[in-house]
Amino acid sequence: MSEFLAMGGYGLYVWGSYGVALLCIVLDVLSLKK
Amino acid sequence: MAGFSLLLRRELRIAMRRRGDVLNVLVFFVIVASLFPLGVGPEPSQLRAMAPGVVWIGALLAAVLSLPRLFAADYADGTLEQLLVSAQPLPVLVLAKIAAHWLLSGLPLAIVAPLLGLQYDLPGDALFALMASLLLGTPVLSMLGAAGAALVLGARAAGALTALLLLPLYVPVLIFGAGAVNALLIGINPSAHFSVLGALLAVSSLIGPWAACAALRVALD
Amino acid sequence: MLYKLASPQAFFPVAGTLIPWFGALAAALALAGLYVAFIVAPTDATQGEAYRIIFIHVPAAWMSMFLYLIMAGWAGLGLALNTRLSGMMASAIAPTGAMFTFIALWTGALWGKPTWGTWWVWDARLTSELILLFLYLGFIALKASIDDPLRADRAGAILALVGAVNVPIIYFSVQWWNTLHQGASVSLTRAPAMAMTMLTGMLLMALAAWMYSIAVSLARVRNIIQERERHAQWIQA
Repeated sequence: MSEFLAMGGYGLYVWGSYGVALLCIVLDVLSLKK
Repeated sequence: MAGFSLLLRRELRIAMRRRGDVLNVLVFFVIVASLFPLGVGPEPSQLRAMAPGVVWIGALLAAVLSLPRLFAADYADGTLEQLLVSAQPLPVLVLAKIAAHWLLSGLPLAIVAPLLGLQYDLPGDALFALMASLLLGTPVLSMLGAAGAALVLGARAAGALTALLLLPLYVPVLIFGAGAVNALLIGINPSAHFSVLGALLAVSSLIGPWAACAALRVALD
Repeated sequence: MLYKLASPQAFFPVAGTLIPWFGALAAALALAGLYVAFIVAPTDATQGEAYRIIFIHVPAAWMSMFLYLIMAGWAGLGLALNTRLSGMMASAIAPTGAMFTFIALWTGALWGKPTWGTWWVWDARLTSELILLFLYLGFIALKASIDDPLRADRAGAILALVGAVNVPIIYFSVQWWNTLHQGASVSLTRAPAMAMTMLTGMLLMALAAWMYSIAVSLARVRNIIQERERHAQWIQA
């Protein structure tokens, strides 16, 4: 599991990418609940 | 044809009364070109390499600055509506406005540009290419610019909005205009660049006036 | 029959029933895509685990371009046929399109840093994505700055069409510019040879993104309809 999170040392970049993408999607959906 | 020259002469007459506006744009162009060395340092080879891009960007900014005036005054005092219902076809009006805009901003910029090029120590043939690229490219800025100016009529923050709308569309002219001079500086024949500039002029002459007419009708409905 | 759907009033409930289906499809496809991206796809020889970013970067870039064309299409339709709903659809799509453009740029930067050493490369495709973002923002800004919604729709439509025609010209220009200035630097597009697994993963994620975009756009157009038609009887009922 910790290997998965570490992503061979690139964890910051990989999870930084997917994390921000997820955040954008959440914000996009929240913007609908006016 | 008579309508075109009538409108063109009207635009030029009005501009002559407000010479300040026209000169402002020119002075802005010169100031911007002078700011870059102050920002990046006086190293001659660096400046020489930057020069085509800097002068061209100055031309883009000057165009964007001068465009909101294209239709705004006539829109505000109702002249634009009058011109729309007159016997003249709308494209003629728009082309006359574009021609006037180019004569009053694009052409002066192209003429002054070699002087700025000298400040950047550009060699003679590059100076010539710079002026040629601007002569061919600034009409494109006016063609597309008319569409931009028409779209923002009556909108808030028209100045900044015009810039936001037009600058992405100006990227191809910038790339090939500055690119032509850059090519010459590194020893490549710039004729391909000039061909593309010509093509861009042709394409923008279709898109720009069409969009401007459509946008004017939308604004005055 | 489809013509009946052209009225906001008729379209409103139809959109409402469609949204959960597209949402569910999006979630399912995303799960499948992420499974391929993280479990099935092997580690890359040169880039290690960092290359897994491709499964979000490339689909986002595809969607950003695809959505712009769809948006321009709706806008053009509204301009040609004078249908109110078409303009509303264009407005509904724009924020999601801009979002995907941003995701493509952000993930591109995070992919570039560990692989090529810099947060940004003036790679032809990334640079074109940046300009595409400006085109989206310009469209959104223009619509926001015009008070009359019908006028805003039609002005926006003209802008979107001009933009759509210019996108290939801009892309070609940036390609040209990039090849001339290419030094020893590498391009993010020179991805490892496209193995079937990778292609599958990217396609699944792209389809997921597409279903998501439809769901969100339908929801957003419902909001727009409610806002614009708020004086109509059928809304107040």
